[in-house]
Amino acid sequence: MSKNRVPAIEGWFTLDEASPQLLGLRDPGSGSYFFPKDVAVSHAPGYDDAELEEVALSRTGKLWSYTTNHYKPPEPYMAPDPFEPYTVAAVELSQERMVVMGQLAPGVSAEQLEVGMEMELVLDTLYEDDENEYVVWKWKPVAA
Amino acid sequence: MAKNEVAILGVGMHPWGKWGRNFVEYGVHAIQAALKDAELDWRKVEFIAGGDTMRNGYPGYVSGATFAKAMGWTGIPVMSTYAACATGAQAMEAARTRILAGMCDVAVVAGADTTPKGFLAPAKGERVLDPDWLRFRLLGATNPTYFGLYARRRMDLYGATEQDFAHVKAKNSRHGVSNPNARYKKVFSEEEVLASNMVADPLRLLEICATSDGGAAVVLSSLDFAKRHGAGDAPRVAAISTITPTFPDTYIDMPAFSTDSAAGIPSPDRGFKDSIAHAAYEEAGLGPEDLDLAEVYDLSSALELDWYENIGLCKPGEAERLLRNGDTTIGGRIPVNASGGLGCFGEAVPAQAIAQVCELVWQLRGQAGERQVAGARVGITANQGLFGHGSSVIVTK
Repeated sequence: MSKNRVPAIEGWFTLDEASPQLLGLRDPGSGSYFFPKDVAVSHAPGYDDAELEEVALSRTGKLWSYTTNHYKPPEPYMAPDPFEPYTVAAVELSQERMVVMGQLAPGVSAEQLEVGMEMELVLDTLYEDDENEYVVWKWKPVAA
Repeated sequence: MAKNEVAILGVGMHPWGKWGRNFVEYGVHAIQAALKDAELDWRKVEFIAGGDTMRNGYPGYVSGATFAKAMGWTGIPVMSTYAACATGAQAMEAARTRILAGMCDVAVVAGADTTPKGFLAPAKGERVLDPDWLRFRLLGATNPTYFGLYARRRMDLYGATEQDFAHVKAKNSRHGVSNPNARYKKVFSEEEVLASNMVADPLRLLEICATSDGGAAVVLSSLDFAKRHGAGDAPRVAAISTITPTFPDTYIDMPAFSTDSAAGIPSPDRGFKDSIAHAAYEEAGLGPEDLDLAEVYDLSSALELDWYENIGLCKPGEAERLLRNGDTTIGGRIPVNASGGLGCFGEAVPAQAIAQVCELVWQLRGQAGERQVAGARVGITANQGLFGHGSSVIVTK
């Protein structure tokens, strides 16, 4: 029996497996975007009374940098046993002009990465229990 | 002459290490050493500012009072502050502003920490509104993850090499080997550094700062008090920068896993890390060309190179050239981390920004022994705390 695929955190991204998007806020006055949707106030100075709108953010951007973790992080990270090194990428969304970090999608090696290359958002399992697979956003080179 | 000057009458530290004792003991040791250095009785102190530790329960959250009680209550006003790695600068700023406002003549500033082993971890519990919890849960983004991102970016953008990063660690290990307060007093070769385990690619174990126990304290006073005390020529704090970023800050930084957006409002001309020391230079009426030495926050070996640029020693992309030329080695044009830096100390969070100032004072007095920077008259510290805390202090003679 297959497990339910549920988000590792509610309301942060769409569950569209083919072309998922992060969900953020936009302040129409200043034109600024915000992710995550931490507090419902524009962080642009002078726009704190703006009505924010929920928006889906660009699915693509340029790789800002990346690194591979070779040591198991402390909790609350749900590390697989045995521990596997994993790569974290930081990507600058071109339209929103903001950097968003995410793990590198499986099947891609850090050796294939180069700062400045085009990346896209995908969904992948972060961890699982007996009933559910908990899904999170990850980054993958467009070309891969 | 800078207008916001206060005198540094005394400095003191408890050696860094992994001693596993009560942090109050390190704080008191440092305060006693600083008072002795200042030739001042505790009962003459009119204000105390403590740098808090988040890892030692309630006494750590009210560190100023904890230290005052341990030294013996004298009825003086107290304040305790926390600003992550910038804690010490904020505590010094509290004391300085009180002195400059004429509300007291002499103040003690102290910070101390006892740290657990391994990665710094977030507070316990299901904390889905806390970015510091979420970065571990959703991304496994430890502090070294961020250091790895910055280091890789230097390699891809500026042609930095793993050899350069190892060079920084080796340099600082030579600087700190004779420092009695350093935790790691061992000279490492670049080969040894490059042979250590990979932690956050391209950074290795010996290139990432450990967490340490330690304590540091300074005694600050008005210039008038210093003269009356026979210490008119004591080194002076010429500036303290405790600035925050300007929106939009598009540089990814702990503990966030996203930045501000520059889609609407353009990024400021000077990014946050560049603005930290800039604010200190502006206040002191000095510039990078006036410096004789700098103590910067080498949480990783590669991060030291970023700081060369952030404090204006060179243009972006030129830090490796400075390093390779030996400019930042003791004996070079502008020695960086003559104390040995965090590479030799590890980090005792609330004490570290104070410890940086202790080093400048010893250097400016010519008391730094084998690591002495000849003729040092002006020094700067630079550091940044999680959640947008700038920290930079300029000390002059």
